[in-house]
Amino acid sequence: MTASDAGPLSRRDWLLSERPASRMQARLGRAYVAWRRFSANRLAFLGLLIIVALLVVAALAGVLAPYSPTFGDLKNARLLAPSAEHWFGTDDLGRDILSRILYGSRWTLYVVILVAIIAAPIGLLVGTVAGYAGGWTDAILMRITDIFLAFPKLILALAFVAALGPGIENAVLAIAITSWPPYARIARAETLTVRNSDYIKAVQLMGASPFRIVLRHIMPLCISSLIVRVTLDMAGIILTAAGLGFLGLGAQPPLPEWGTMIASGRRFVLDQWWVAGAPGFAILIVSLGFNLLGDGLRDALDPRSGDQ
Amino acid sequence: MSTVEKEVAAGRGSARAVAIASSLGRFLVIAITTYLGLLAVTFFIGRVIPIDPVLAVLGDRAPANVVERTRREMGLDLPLIEQFYIYVKNALNGNFGISVLTTNPVMTDIRRALPATTELATLGTLIGALFGVPLGVLAAVKRGSLIDQIVRIIGLIGYSVPIFWLGLLALVLFYAKLQWVAFPARLDVVYEYTFTPITGFYLLDSAMQGQWDVFYDAFRHIILPASLLGYFSLAYISRMTRSFMLNELSQEYIVAARAKGLSETRIIWGHALRNAAVPMVTVIALSYAGLLEGSVLTETVFSWPGIGLYITNSLQNADMNAVLGGTIVIGSVFIAINLLSDLLYRVLDPRTKVQ
Repeated sequence: MTASDAGPLSRRDWLLSERPASRMQARLGRAYVAWRRFSANRLAFLGLLIIVALLVVAALAGVLAPYSPTFGDLKNARLLAPSAEHWFGTDDLGRDILSRILYGSRWTLYVVILVAIIAAPIGLLVGTVAGYAGGWTDAILMRITDIFLAFPKLILALAFVAALGPGIENAVLAIAITSWPPYARIARAETLTVRNSDYIKAVQLMGASPFRIVLRHIMPLCISSLIVRVTLDMAGIILTAAGLGFLGLGAQPPLPEWGTMIASGRRFVLDQWWVAGAPGFAILIVSLGFNLLGDGLRDALDPRSGDQ
Repeated sequence: MSTVEKEVAAGRGSARAVAIASSLGRFLVIAITTYLGLLAVTFFIGRVIPIDPVLAVLGDRAPANVVERTRREMGLDLPLIEQFYIYVKNALNGNFGISVLTTNPVMTDIRRALPATTELATLGTLIGALFGVPLGVLAAVKRGSLIDQIVRIIGLIGYSVPIFWLGLLALVLFYAKLQWVAFPARLDVVYEYTFTPITGFYLLDSAMQGQWDVFYDAFRHIILPASLLGYFSLAYISRMTRSFMLNELSQEYIVAARAKGLSETRIIWGHALRNAAVPMVTVIALSYAGLLEGSVLTETVFSWPGIGLYITNSLQNADMNAVLGGTIVIGSVFIAINLLSDLLYRVLDPRTKVQ
């Protein structure tokens, strides 16, 4: 921040120019304004830090973890209390809980990212097509969306996993199937606001196909509100995945997934509370991070709050 | 009233009747398609996803003629659409098949488990609303103050914490260490045989029969899981109350009330909250529906013999009839609350009435 302030004054002016000379300048200007608004929000910044830390930990788990996540010292290190050697203690198989939590961050990211790249495009496609096509297509697609929206998500995900069989891939699939409807609603609402605007008319006059209009001229406009919503949903996705893991339907032991770790620590919770306590705390911190980040992004990117 | 006025009034009346009928018709269409959707999805889960439902029942070592007979008995030789028709008919009659685990009809099991879940969710919502509404109002009135920040943080943590984990830690603290509450179950074993429930809501039943020792025991068992669920609905209710109240407090009628010299207490609790009450009803109803769902994990942690525990126990034993029956029942209640709160909103809010 100080670098840009201390630099030539014109850089800020260039970014905030009301008559951008190029598309890139306009884009950079918008990004700059959004960043300024975002970084002014301290809680949102904290959220961003948490998520960056999650990414770093997931990438460097092999370097950061002091012990192996899957093999423990069964002879000497069963159910040890937190100490200088094992910061978060050890579990019933003598495995270091800190190392397992560090590796577990990979599985959390795996679930969150996969759900997002499955559910968001489905929602985006359904919403933009419904909004642009209108008529019967819209009515039918939105009725299906509303039906899915009216279901209890966790229960439905449970039933799906029950049929598909337990496992982290099936948990991802079940969560994705139950989480696309809000994205479809958002995409449709955005589509309805732009579908009658002049620039769409202009592209239509130039002879663009409906396919091209939806893909190139409508979808990009839905992306920012979709990103906000997906970020806000991340916490819910993590909690659902952990819940499935806790019920024995998500990731299977010995995978160091946090929900599964709580489930296996449950047996000792009255005496060795840290076995279940530490992974739950990790879940809490990461979902808090996504919630704070999502709130901040919403405030920063909200199209209704103007450009400046 | 002159004849012209009467005619106008009558015309308005019939127009209104038509409008009411059409919105009622739309409501029915939405309700029916949503329920059909729920049944279609559970049908899909139960009949289509497993590669062969017969193998799921018999195992893969059954002789060919048995497999063939079972397939016919299960109606699996019929076209899919006909199977779905039978499935819907059975579901509407409350026939979800036999539970493999308990060997009872699934509906009997569910009828036994439903009051436990309802009692828990109701008490949870009561706790959530009782604390959530005043907290939300306070946060809105003292916007930006310390109390606003605290309410915000309480809400954020409520949105971010895994409920089963919080339940486990609460058990360690309040049951094992402090011994303020009873162990995870609905009643002490002593009372299981001396107490006969009437409605299935133990708090209500024991109070009606004047068995205050049972009431106290039931209370000691329910208070921890209900408070946990209550915390989750508090997080949602306080956040929504705050935003509704902020909206109302910026309206001009509040300025007018201030100009008239009304006391701040009266303006906040008498004027603003009363107008915010209409959307609040919807929010509280939705949080109740959410708790019915959230009870799955809570009941597992607290060994609470409700539908949630029934579903998870059946899951562990691959008892699909029970899982799908439980899913349909919770899903139906969830959808019904959703639809009714929407309807209630329309009835309560004069602005949504037809002109």
